[in-house]
Amino acid sequence: MDLSQYFLIWEYMKPELLLLLATILLFFIDLFASPRFLDKWFSGIACVLLAAVTAVSCIPGNETHTLFAGMFVNTPMTTAMKMVLNIGTILVLLQAHAWVNGEACRVRRGEFYELMFFTLFGMYLMISSGHFLIFFIGLETASLPIAALVAFNKQGEHSYESGAKYLFNAVFSSAIFLMGISFIYGISGSLYFDDIAATATTNTALFVVALAFIITGIGFKLSLVPFHLWTADVYQGGPTAVTAYLSVISKGAAAFAFIWVLFKTFSPAPEVWQGILYVLIILTITLGNLFAIRQKDLKRFLAFSSISQAGYIMLGVMAYSAQGLTALVYYILVYIFSNLAAFGVIATIEHKTGKVGMDDYNGLYKTNPKLSLAMMLAMFSLAGIPPFAGFFSKFFIFASAVHSGFYVLVFIALLNTIISLYYYLLVVKAMFINENENPIETIKTGCYGRTGLVICVAGILLLGLASCVYGYLSGLSLTVGL
Amino acid sequence: MNFLSLFVLIPILMMAGLAIARDMKQIRTVAVTFSTLQLGLAIYTVIKFMAERAAGNTQEMLFQASTMWYEPLNIHYAVGVDGISIVMLLLTAIIVFAGVFASWKIQPLSKEFFLWLTLLSIGVYGFFISIDLFTMFMFYEVALIPMYLLIGVWGSGRKNYSAMKLTLMLIGGSALLMLGILGIYYHSAPEGGTLTMNILEIAHNNAIPHEWQYYLFPLTFVGFGILGAMFPFHTWSPDGHAAAPTAVSMLHAGVLMKLGGYGCFRVAIYLMPFAAQELSWIFLILTGISVVYGAFSACVQTDLKYINAYSSVSHCGLVLFAILMLNNTAMTGAVMQMLSHGLMTALFFALIGMIYGRTHTRDIREMGGLMQIMPFLSVCYVIAGLASLGLPGLSGFVAEMTIFVGSFQHTDTFHRVFTIVACCSIVITAVYILRVVGKLLYGAVQNEHHRELTDATWWERLSAVTLIICVAAIGCLPGWISDLISNSLNAIVERLS
Repeated sequence: MDLSQYFLIWEYMKPELLLLLATILLFFIDLFASPRFLDKWFSGIACVLLAAVTAVSCIPGNETHTLFAGMFVNTPMTTAMKMVLNIGTILVLLQAHAWVNGEACRVRRGEFYELMFFTLFGMYLMISSGHFLIFFIGLETASLPIAALVAFNKQGEHSYESGAKYLFNAVFSSAIFLMGISFIYGISGSLYFDDIAATATTNTALFVVALAFIITGIGFKLSLVPFHLWTADVYQGGPTAVTAYLSVISKGAAAFAFIWVLFKTFSPAPEVWQGILYVLIILTITLGNLFAIRQKDLKRFLAFSSISQAGYIMLGVMAYSAQGLTALVYYILVYIFSNLAAFGVIATIEHKTGKVGMDDYNGLYKTNPKLSLAMMLAMFSLAGIPPFAGFFSKFFIFASAVHSGFYVLVFIALLNTIISLYYYLLVVKAMFINENENPIETIKTGCYGRTGLVICVAGILLLGLASCVYGYLSGLSLTVGL
Repeated sequence: MNFLSLFVLIPILMMAGLAIARDMKQIRTVAVTFSTLQLGLAIYTVIKFMAERAAGNTQEMLFQASTMWYEPLNIHYAVGVDGISIVMLLLTAIIVFAGVFASWKIQPLSKEFFLWLTLLSIGVYGFFISIDLFTMFMFYEVALIPMYLLIGVWGSGRKNYSAMKLTLMLIGGSALLMLGILGIYYHSAPEGGTLTMNILEIAHNNAIPHEWQYYLFPLTFVGFGILGAMFPFHTWSPDGHAAAPTAVSMLHAGVLMKLGGYGCFRVAIYLMPFAAQELSWIFLILTGISVVYGAFSACVQTDLKYINAYSSVSHCGLVLFAILMLNNTAMTGAVMQMLSHGLMTALFFALIGMIYGRTHTRDIREMGGLMQIMPFLSVCYVIAGLASLGLPGLSGFVAEMTIFVGSFQHTDTFHRVFTIVACCSIVITAVYILRVVGKLLYGAVQNEHHRELTDATWWERLSAVTLIICVAAIGCLPGWISDLISNSLNAIVERLS
C-alpha cells in the first residue's frame, strides 16, 4: 500500500477524521489540564473545536468520492448534511454549558463532550455509508453513547430509567434492523447499496418484509408512530441538553441516513416504501399532534411535537425527487434552529428554577420578556407562521410532496398544522395571556446560553427571508442525480 | 426600489420606532407620524395611478416590479397594483390612521399593542400589493397571527375562547389555500413550460386544466371565503369581533375581512374562470344564506358588538355574493361594498369602543338616552347606522345599489330569486339598525350614573370624523372610485366570457 492512499483517505474523510481528532484532543485536555483551567475554558474549547471542524471541512467540493471499495461515499450533499448537524451540535453545546459546568456534572464534563462527539461521528458514518455494514456500525456508534448521555444525571432516578428505556429500545430496533439486512442479503447477495438496487428482485414478499424491518429500525430513531413509545419518557427523564440533542440532531441524522438508504438501495421499488411511509406519516403526524395537546410538561410536550415534526420531515422522503431532498435538508436545518430555541429557553429556566410545567410559564412575559419572545418565535416557527423560517420550510416540503402527486397526504398534513398551531399557541398563551400570582423570577441567562439563543433566533428570523440557503441546497441536490 | 414596497417598509420602520419608544407620549408620536405617512403614501399612489391611467397607460397592473426570491421554485417578490388594490390600500391606510386615534389610551402594554397592530397592517398592505401567489399567501398569514395576541391580551369577555377560535378557523382557511396555491402553481404553465407563481403570468398562460379547476376553485374560494365570513364558516367572526379591542375590531372587520373578498376574485375567479362559472351557484347559495342569516341574527342580539359583527357577516356575505355574479357591474359593487363596509364598520366599532369605555357595558338593555348624555358620539352613531342601512348620500347606498343592479342583469330564475332574497336583507338591516338607534340613543336614560359621563375627547372626534368624511365622500362622489374599479375589473370579466 503506498502512502498516497492515506492522503486520499484524509482528503475524502475530512469531516470524520477531523472530528475524531477533536475528540482525542478534548480527551487529552480533559486528562492533563488543571481543574481551574477546565472550569473556565473547557466548554469554550469544545465549541471552538467543533466550529473549526465545521469551518475546515465545509469547503465544498464538487465530486463524489468513494473509499474502502465503495463502502464509504462522500458527496457534496453528504458534507452539507454533516455541516447541518454540526451547526446544531454547536448550539446544543452552547446551551448545555450552564448545566454541564454545574455542581452535579462538573467532574464528568469531559465525558459529556466526548460521548457527544462520538455519536456525531456515528451519524457521519450513517450518512456517508454506501454499504449496510458501515451503516450499521454508524447506527450503533450513534445510539449507544446517547443511552449513556440520557443517563447522565446521576442524581435523578428518571434519568436512569430513561437511559435504560432508550438502550432497550435501541437494541431491540437494531436487532430488527439487522434481520432486515440479512433478508436483503438473502435476496441480492450483497450489502452494497448500489448492488442491491441493481440485483434485488422487488416483487417478492421477502423484499417487502425486509424493507419493513429496515424502516422499523430507522423509524425508531426518527420516532415515527408506532415506534415512538420511548420518546416522551426519554425526553422527559433525560437532561434537557441531551433531550435537545435527541430531538434535533439524532432525528436529523436518522432522516438524512434514511433518505439515502431509500433513494439508493430501494430505488427500484419506490411505490412499495412510499406505500408504507404513506400510512406511517399519517399516523405519526396525527397521533403526535393529538397527544401533544394534553401535555402539561414542556419536555413531554416537545417530545410529541417532535414526533409530529418527524412526520412532516418524511414528506420530503415521500417526494422522491431532488426537490424533496432539498426541502428535507432545509426543513431539518430550520427545525434545528426552531426547536433548539425552545429547548434553550426551557433549559435556562429549568437550570435556574427546576420548573418545566406549562403552568409554571404563566405570566412569563412580565418577568422575562426576552426569553418569552424567543420561545414565542420558536413556537411560531414550529407551527409554520410567516415570516419566520418554519413557514418557508413547511411550504417547500409540502410543495415537494404535492409535486410528486400526494395531494391527499398533504391535505391531511395541512389539517394537522391547524391542530399543531393550537397547542403551540397554548404555550404562547401561557406566557403572554395567562395571569400568575408568583411567576418565575427574572432570570439572567449565562453568556453561552445567551449566545446560543441569539443564534437560534437569528436563524429563525433570517433563514426564510434569505433565500440563499435554500438555493445552495437546491444546487447540491441537483448533483445527486435523482 | 419600487415605491409600492414603501407600504411594507414604512410599517417596518414604524415597528422599529415603536421598539425604541420609551413612554406613552413617544409611542403616540411614532404611531401618529407613521400612520399619517401611510395615509399620505396611499393618497399619493391613488393620484399617481389616476395620472398614469389618464396618460393612457393601459397595462393591467401598474408600477410592477419583480425581484427573484426563491429561484428553484421561481418565486418572486413581485408587486403591482390595479384600481382595486389601490382602493384597498387607501382603505387600509384610512383605518389604520383612525385606529391609532381610537386606541389612544390603550392599557396595559401599549407598546406591544401597537407593535402587533403594525405587524397586522404589514400583512394587509403586503397582501394588497403582491402579485406573486407565494408572497401574497405569506403576507396573508402574517396578517392573521397577530390577531391571537391582540385579542388574547387586550380583549374583553370570552377572549381566550374567541382568540383561539378565530385563529384556528382562519389558519384552517389558509391550510386549504396553501393546497390550492400549490395546485395552481404546478398547473400554472402548459406541459414543459416554466412554472410560475406570478398571477398575471398564470392568467396569461391560462393552462390550468378544467378538471383541476373543479378542485382548486373550491379550495381557494373557501380558503379566502372563511376570512370573508362565508356561511357556514362565519362563526369566528361574531365571537372574534366582540372580544377584540376597539382598534383591532376596526382593522379586522374593516380591512382583514376584505382580504377574503379580494382574494376570492384575484385568485379564485381570475385564475380559474371556468370553474368559477360552473361552480358559482353553490357558493351563491352559501353567500345568500350569509346575507340573510347574518341580518336576522343581528336583529336578536343585545350586545352592541355582536350586532355589528353579525351585520358584518351579512354585508361581507353581500360582497362575496356580488363577486359570484361574475359581471362587471355587480363586481364593481362588490368592491364598493368592501370599501363602504370597511369604513362604516370601522366607524361602528370605534364608536362602540368609545361608548363601552364610558359605560362599561355593551348590553343595549342597560343603556338608553345616550343622545342627551353624549350627543357627538350619538350623532356619529346615527350616521354610521344610516350608512349601513343604505341611505342615499352615504357610501352604503352606492355600493348596494350597484350590486343589486348588477345582480339583476342575470335573466335566469335562479339568479333573480337569489337577488330578491338578498335584497330583503336591506329591510332587515333597517330593522336592527333602527332598533338600536331608538333604544340606545333616544330611549329614556336607563342608568342614572350614565348622566355623569362625558362626550368624546379630541382624539376620539378625530378618529370618528375621519371615517365619516370618507363615508360621505364616497356617497356623494362615487363616480371616480367606481370608474377606477370597473376599469380594472374588465380584465377579470373578459376572462369569464
